[in-house]
Amino acid sequence: MISVDHLTKYYGAKPAIQDVSFNVKKGEILGFLGPNAAGKTTTMRILTCYMPATEGTATVGGFDVFKDSLEVRKRIGYLPENPPLYTDMTAKGFLEFVAQIKGIERREIKNRLSEVMEKAAITEVANRLIKHLSKGYKQRVGIAQALIHNPEILILDEPTVGLDPKQIIEVREMIKNLGGEHTIILSTHILPEVSMTCERVIIINEGKIVASDTPDNLTKRLKGSESLFVEVEGPRKEIEAKIKSMKGITRVTFQRKTNQNVVGFRVETELHTDLRKELATLVVQQGWGLMELRPMGMSLEEIFLHLTTKEEEVSGA
Amino acid sequence: MRNCLAIFYREVRSYFNSPVAYAILTGFLLIAGYFFYAIISSFLNYTLTASIEAQYYQMAPPIINVNMMALRPFFLNLTVVMIFAVPLITMRLYAEEKKSGTIELLLTSPIRSAETMFGKYLAALVLYITLLASTSIYHIILFIYGNPELGQILTSYLGLIFMGGSFIAVGIFISSLTENQMVAGFVTIIILLLFWIIGWVATFAGPFFGSLLEYISLLNHFDEFGMGVIDIKHIIFYISFISFFLFLTLMFIESAKWRTR
Ligand SMILES: Nc1ncnc2c1ncn2[C@@H]1O[C@H](COP(=O)(O)OP(=O)(O)OP(=O)(O)O)[C@@H](O)[C@H]1O
Ligand SMILES: [Mg+2]
Repeated sequence: MISVDHLTKYYGAKPAIQDVSFNVKKGEILGFLGPNAAGKTTTMRILTCYMPATEGTATVGGFDVFKDSLEVRKRIGYLPENPPLYTDMTAKGFLEFVAQIKGIERREIKNRLSEVMEKAAITEVANRLIKHLSKGYKQRVGIAQALIHNPEILILDEPTVGLDPKQIIEVREMIKNLGGEHTIILSTHILPEVSMTCERVIIINEGKIVASDTPDNLTKRLKGSESLFVEVEGPRKEIEAKIKSMKGITRVTFQRKTNQNVVGFRVETELHTDLRKELATLVVQQGWGLMELRPMGMSLEEIFLHLTTKEEEVSGA
Repeated sequence: MRNCLAIFYREVRSYFNSPVAYAILTGFLLIAGYFFYAIISSFLNYTLTASIEAQYYQMAPPIINVNMMALRPFFLNLTVVMIFAVPLITMRLYAEEKKSGTIELLLTSPIRSAETMFGKYLAALVLYITLLASTSIYHIILFIYGNPELGQILTSYLGLIFMGGSFIAVGIFISSLTENQMVAGFVTIIILLLFWIIGWVATFAGPFFGSLLEYISLLNHFDEFGMGVIDIKHIIFYISFISFFLFLTLMFIESAKWRTR
């Protein structure tokens, strides 16, 4: 549905994104994750025909964003980083205007309006001036604006910014429901957001894609070293020493003490080795009690930090 | 066409829903009213002295033409007032959209830059014509107490519409260059003043430049309208002037979509 091929964008002499390529399938929800100034907004602006790339091409629904810009714009619903609102209009009046310039048939406008206002939960503020709405409601009007012409593709730049926790959950739920029917790209620097809503994540840093996978795979792939969590009933010092002396163990760190006698450790092992069996045997042989033993994944949060800081090290060297 | 109308309606509503239009209208009526009063009273003074003198010398009172002596200066004054009123109308047209980010909505919607521009241009023109129309009450007074020539009044208004249309075209272009309304308004006033004084400078310039400057002086082309004459060559001038600046505006907006750096 969306295919991005070696996109590069310079602002003056400074590159904002470099050699960015990815594809999005129909109905997929893609998360665009990156720290500030990574180039998320820049990429989205190119895809929505707001500005052209310096190099590379992108097609949306089979149309080139540069050559067939009008066709692309017909198919995209876009929520920019700052929701583009005419604050002197009412929410309803504004959406009616957007409906007109998106080319919706006159007799369909009314239906679309009520449908979209319901979806974005703004029906009760429909006749209020936008400038009098709270930030969260403004954001919702922005979302409604992107949905008004029922576009095949939705591009949402930080859609949950400014919402309260309850609204954030609602919007994420809404985005999830929109997937399948719509193809969605959303950007964020909130990690739980992508693992909750997206089927695939692209991590971008300093204008370059550093990883692209499903949230689960990313977590698996990037463990670096595998780690286990083990909780044992027994003497702490002795347990720590015994586990350390096992073959294939790289590091043992004390994690918690739940009880008088129950201690938990994070046990890091070499890559692609599963020492759960050996660990269990050891504990039982020593006559200690095995309370818990499970693999520990890295959270996306950790991966994110891991990847982006690593990138910094490379550019710093 | 539909898109153009949607933009047009939105702009007109935004003018008349905010204090902007009313503030401009009030200020304009006050200033225009003052000029009208000043011109008419000096005209009355003049006619009074003339008729007293005529009586004194026992001659027939001179025929004094209200159209030439009062209306023409009034309309000339209006053109000057418009140099300051039109930038207030046009300064927000693009600058505000750039500042608030709504330009991002327009540029990513399936609507052509030209449609946006004409919608905005027409909305400004409508507000401008509203200003002009508000001065018609002064002429009603003249018709009650005298016999001005309707034809000349109408051609003067036609001339003012063309001239204002040119002012708006300059203003919309300047507004497309910046996101700061104040700067847009100020620069537009400066440029309009330049186009206005260019006619005087022409008298000091050499023969070639003199006639060139005289030709592009917006005011010179108004003169004959003010005297009750409609000459196609002046209409052609104004229309080319307007097209030129609208073309520049379009080029500038489109260039943002082509600049790859
Ligand atoms: N109009 C512009 N002119 C010059 N530089 C720009 C412009 N817009 C963005 N940049 C630069 O390009 C880089 C990428 O910016 P971009 O807005 O795409 O980042 P982002 O990932 O959206 O960040 P954020 O999470 O803060 O929104 C930044 O270094 C930024 O300073
Ligand atoms: Mg951004």
